[in-house]
Amino acid sequence: MSDHAADDTVPEVDESRRKFLIAATAGTGAVGAVLTAVPFVASWQPSESARAAGLPTEIDLSKIEPGQMATFFWRKQQIYVVKRTPEMLASLPSHDAELKDAKSEDSDQPAYAKNDSRAIKPEVLVLIGTCTHLGCLPKTRFTPGDASVMANWPGGFFCPCHGSKFDLAGRVFQGSPASVNLRIPPYSFEGDNKLIIGVDAEHKGVA
Amino acid sequence: MSTVIKSGGFRAWFNKRLPVDQFVADQLTGYYAPKNFNIWYFFGSLALLVFVMQIVTGIFITMHFKPGEANAFNSVEYLRREVPYGWLLQYMHAVGASFFFIVVYLHMARAFLYGSYKAPRELLWVIGMLVYLALMAEAFMGYVLPYGNMSYWGAQVIINLFGTIPGIGPDLVEWIRGDYGIGDATLTRFFSLHVIALPFILALLIGLHLVALRQVGSNNPDGIEIKEKLGPDGKPLDGIPFHPYYTLKDIVGVGLFLTLFAIVVFFIPTFGGLFMEAPNFEPANPVSTPEHIAPVWYFTPYYAILRAVPDQKIGALLMALSVAAFLFMPWLDRAQNKSIRYRGIASKLLLGTFFVTFCVLMWLGLKPADGIYVLLARIFTGLYFAFFILLPFVSKADGNGPVPDRVTYNAH
Repeated sequence: MSDHAADDTVPEVDESRRKFLIAATAGTGAVGAVLTAVPFVASWQPSESARAAGLPTEIDLSKIEPGQMATFFWRKQQIYVVKRTPEMLASLPSHDAELKDAKSEDSDQPAYAKNDSRAIKPEVLVLIGTCTHLGCLPKTRFTPGDASVMANWPGGFFCPCHGSKFDLAGRVFQGSPASVNLRIPPYSFEGDNKLIIGVDAEHKGVA
Repeated sequence: MSTVIKSGGFRAWFNKRLPVDQFVADQLTGYYAPKNFNIWYFFGSLALLVFVMQIVTGIFITMHFKPGEANAFNSVEYLRREVPYGWLLQYMHAVGASFFFIVVYLHMARAFLYGSYKAPRELLWVIGMLVYLALMAEAFMGYVLPYGNMSYWGAQVIINLFGTIPGIGPDLVEWIRGDYGIGDATLTRFFSLHVIALPFILALLIGLHLVALRQVGSNNPDGIEIKEKLGPDGKPLDGIPFHPYYTLKDIVGVGLFLTLFAIVVFFIPTFGGLFMEAPNFEPANPVSTPEHIAPVWYFTPYYAILRAVPDQKIGALLMALSVAAFLFMPWLDRAQNKSIRYRGIASKLLLGTFFVTFCVLMWLGLKPADGIYVLLARIFTGLYFAFFILLPFVSKADGNGPVPDRVTYNAH
């Protein structure tokens, strides 16, 4: 091995060349490190079986009485299905002024559920039963005038965790910690009594 | 430091290959700490003790625990009921988590009292805060693992906090859970993080905390740098060797601590629902939210702040800020003097109010979010942030009085 330090015949160091090589090596190494991180980070995404378990789910509406709610699971989330009575529907426009997002402008729902009743068929309300605040299950408080929820309560949902209040279309009341209305999943109907959660009418057969 | 290696013999042979004697001389017998430490100085060594205890009990619990939706809850019940002394291991670990935070909060309070975060100890403080953050993550995941009903709903609430981040929130939540809801994928990754990744990170950060401490030296109740007053031998006049003086003192602290710890583990392990919450003795139930969700006591000050705000995003932001604010203490405190002993009445009132505020928020976070509690939570959230906003002005105004030349110390 030759001793470079003692060898004064070595030509002068080309600093700019050395800088370029260091930068290029470090840069290539950094890109490699980031690319190597991809599979590790991606491994945290839902697995194939978790995705398969998240396929659309069918619900038989004939077993739900008017004014009642039934709950189902879709994608590990509770789905609330309420058959709203004409009285329930009539109560909806009465309290628009007390809501944070009466027209559902900032809320998460399919386009076909962004209307006054937040539903395809006004009498069938479909909601994701996860409080938009931090994910607890809102409880049903369907009796109008229930003063334990609030004065002039029109009927709706109350989240016991942090006190968010929603009406019978899942719209959030002012004063709630939740900022947006309860979410609505994609859904569609087959015939009169079959509700399919997880797929839009126009995408049927695709999912 | 001078070396103490003697020539010849096994000891010299050994030390030439592994510098044990040199290490002891540099870090223990030759490391001079201020002689005026009081009981507030117990909690650093106690935090290290609890860390080791959690590792040891954790290793043995892991031998019986099965992560996952199907088995987690039952394997903890099996550990408690069927494994010889399994109940003791489980209680030591669960109670140990709460004691860890008691000790850490007292350790942090000490730094607030004596200005231990101030220059030249800013990095020591910042590393300590990173330990605190890692500890919070470790405690949260450990709480989810047994998959009781409070584990489930606590995880639901905490993970959903990430959903409030604009843009990436919902995708991030799904990525953390590994499913559309909390499930097997969530539990197994939390298990991995809880028993491998975070303990490694904690050990590394604690190591760095100690290296930084040895570099700048300990602060003391007077907040005077002992390195500025050296004797003829070059040692600090107000310093005494860490070993044997402070190792012996710390052993007294360890004795007291273990007595208290044993009383709680043996007689009041759930501590009235504070250390272990009643709903967590039921299996996770995705269709039943407990009537009242509250995290374990050590998170409740921040939780009270989260709930005090009637807007989801601002609430989550304030909660994050309330933890992050601690990181900036070295720069928010602009007093010349470190210790509260040599600051004016305004500083004393401000700090006293902050300690009370933290405790009241802790209590409020355990209460339901309605009526008077919401109002109180809003008032005390305001007081909490008022401390950090007022501190730069108050500390600059009345933190500059005269300080003694040497530490105050009464021989006993």
